[in-house]
Amino acid sequence: MAKLLMKGNEAIAESAIRSGCRFFFGYPITPQNQIPEYMSKRMPQIGGTFLQAESEVSAINMVYGASGSGARVMTSSSGPGISLKQEGISYLAGAQLPCVIVNIMRGGPGLGSIQPSQGDYFQSTRGGGHGDYRVPVLAPSSVSEAVSLTQRAFDLADQYRTPVILLGDGMIGQMMEPVDLPDQPDQPAAPSAPSKPWAATGWDGSRPRSIINSLYIDPSALERHNTMLQDKFAEIAKNEVAYSSEHTDDADLIIIAYGTVARIARSAIRAARASGIKVGMIRPITLWPFPSEPIARAARTAKAFLTVEMSAGQMVDDARLAVGGLKPVYFYGRTGGMVPAVRDVLARIKEAV
Amino acid sequence: MSIVFSKPLSLTDNVLTYCPGCTHGIIHRLVAEAIDDLGVQSQTIGVAPVGCAVFAYNFFAVDMLQAAHGRAPAVATGVKRVHPDKIVFTYQGDGDLASIGMAEIMHAAARGEKITTIFVNNAIYGMTGGQMAPTTLVGQVTTTSPYGRSEELTGKPIRVSEIISQLDGTAYAARVSAHDPKHVMEAKKAIRKAFETQRGGAGFSMVEVLSTCPTNWGMTPIEALKWVATDMVPYYPLGVYKDLSKGAA
Amino acid sequence: MEKRVLIAGFGGQGVLLMGQLLSKAGMRENLEVCWMPSYGPEMRGGEANCGVVIADEPIGSPLVTEPDVAILMNRPSLDKFEPIIAPGGTLLYNSSLIDAEPARTDIMVYDVPCNDIAVKLGNARVANMVMLGAFNALAGLVSMESLLDALRETLGKGKERLIPINQQALAAGAESVA
Repeated sequence: MAKLLMKGNEAIAESAIRSGCRFFFGYPITPQNQIPEYMSKRMPQIGGTFLQAESEVSAINMVYGASGSGARVMTSSSGPGISLKQEGISYLAGAQLPCVIVNIMRGGPGLGSIQPSQGDYFQSTRGGGHGDYRVPVLAPSSVSEAVSLTQRAFDLADQYRTPVILLGDGMIGQMMEPVDLPDQPDQPAAPSAPSKPWAATGWDGSRPRSIINSLYIDPSALERHNTMLQDKFAEIAKNEVAYSSEHTDDADLIIIAYGTVARIARSAIRAARASGIKVGMIRPITLWPFPSEPIARAARTAKAFLTVEMSAGQMVDDARLAVGGLKPVYFYGRTGGMVPAVRDVLARIKEAV
Repeated sequence: MSIVFSKPLSLTDNVLTYCPGCTHGIIHRLVAEAIDDLGVQSQTIGVAPVGCAVFAYNFFAVDMLQAAHGRAPAVATGVKRVHPDKIVFTYQGDGDLASIGMAEIMHAAARGEKITTIFVNNAIYGMTGGQMAPTTLVGQVTTTSPYGRSEELTGKPIRVSEIISQLDGTAYAARVSAHDPKHVMEAKKAIRKAFETQRGGAGFSMVEVLSTCPTNWGMTPIEALKWVATDMVPYYPLGVYKDLSKGAA
Repeated sequence: MEKRVLIAGFGGQGVLLMGQLLSKAGMRENLEVCWMPSYGPEMRGGEANCGVVIADEPIGSPLVTEPDVAILMNRPSLDKFEPIIAPGGTLLYNSSLIDAEPARTDIMVYDVPCNDIAVKLGNARVANMVMLGAFNALAGLVSMESLLDALRETLGKGKERLIPINQQALAAGAESVA
């Protein structure tokens, strides 16, 4: 079908609908407002439900209810609202409920700013709420990738019975790029959604009673539950790492960057290569699980690494863990909604080689 | 031999874990009887709170979700929007509903969510060991109001049924009590009415049930039942606060 | 080829739309395009600007921080953005509303009296299309036909009647820099 020029936020919303999402619960916050706005328009057209909750806290708990009773469901927000959702995300992870949570990041901490940021990396990749858990985190670097990763997020969520975070920033949310949308399954049920016999849908005695729960008052039972969850996380970590490599084979310096910042890094790499500097890039597409293994492999040949982030240095911790002290890992970042400029990244490249 | 008394089908065989003399058990039974009476056990989905009733999913023989503290009405909203044809109820205490979950209950009612809330008001936080609740009476001693609840410091207790009944989305709101057989029978009628209201699609329905907490009140079960009548009922008047269901006057 | 274009003006001058039309036209010609608005409170009535990147290879940075071409529709935009234009770049400015002369000598400068031309055409609101026509005549990034197709797609059936005046404006703009 013909390409459409779509804003990132709207493309994510439409992709969710085409992934079979029929329930959306949200709350306004910049710079993600086009997602709930788009959903409020589209959901009634296709027999879905859009509901503006009284708070992010309520929205994530509506997600818990809808997911727990078997639906493909999504919510979206930005930093301050995502913080409020963390209680619910921990419950969702504990009760093993699939859903997709979109975070279009803005500058923090506190109320911060509404300009783009990647300051929620730690919050996203370390679970974010209380207790021992992780959730898959997908980081698109273009609008068309946001479309495909939204679909992937729903599939991962159902496959592993887990919340999945789609982590973009204000630029991904606001910019328009051409997208190829998947075919339009405007029927009520998702074609790819598996059956969910565990869901609370009304008990007629033909199966065990469905109880959606994260409470295990007996410590040994809770430890067994945690062990099972950790086994699941290990399975995700083994199977679901996604990343892209660009010009890494001959690279002296490898940049590690994700999301829109990887695009800025790509421009800097082109300029560096034009002046004879051998630079490549590993771009994590899943932030958790982090592509540690390919980075470790690259550390055998590259002389150094440089992470570029819109944060004070968060992903750099994971990069250093992956490199394991074998080679230096430098960091360049901007905060507060300031975006690294190509020329500044280029200057850091020149410093590092 | 004929059976003259039996456990409702909508209760499991699990032994209730509530304290001796607590009226949660009676209220559980009333909810289960209402579900049985309406013949909707297989179509009912319940939401358990955080509080003494946190294990409600062990006791109601229906599909259940356990919610975060205060969030049961939001969880129930999610369930009901996915399954508009099912009967969805929340079972919440006064700390859960009237303190941390005030936003969720008010907005669920304001939206006219077609769910039923059973609100058990025993004027104290039971599970955490007897702290002051928003419903604790002025002068009542709790572990966080050791000199008695001070009106100057913490204001007066919240009367939830009165507030909820003011919202246009509320179709049925009643306050009942479980402190003696006569009132238990009235409570049963109100709970059944609330579920019928949901089935009829009129809007949000809630029954507030005054309940005892002998353990944390520091009373015998009999003293506790009497205290409901002498101290709680005067501040929390019983009655139907709103009834927009079909056939209501 | 990669062209980085910055379009700036007051909110309400249609600068975001200019960028979107250019992007859609580029997309129709199978070019890589990316449109990025400024967002936030300044969207409402104050300053508005957007960056458009058009390229024949995958686009790196979506931000236009050092534009090859700047299209500046009001005085505050000229003050703010003239200094960041890439050396050897191009500046088009709306001389109907900007009474100052651009100071840079290392760039190509074109003055387009957009509002005056639009008023002569009978509709002051098409000043942005006059400028877009002038820009495209100079840059030659996309065909006039693609721009018109993008315009038709954007206006939709409901506003089809506005096509002729917009088309005239694009043509008049192109003529003004011929």
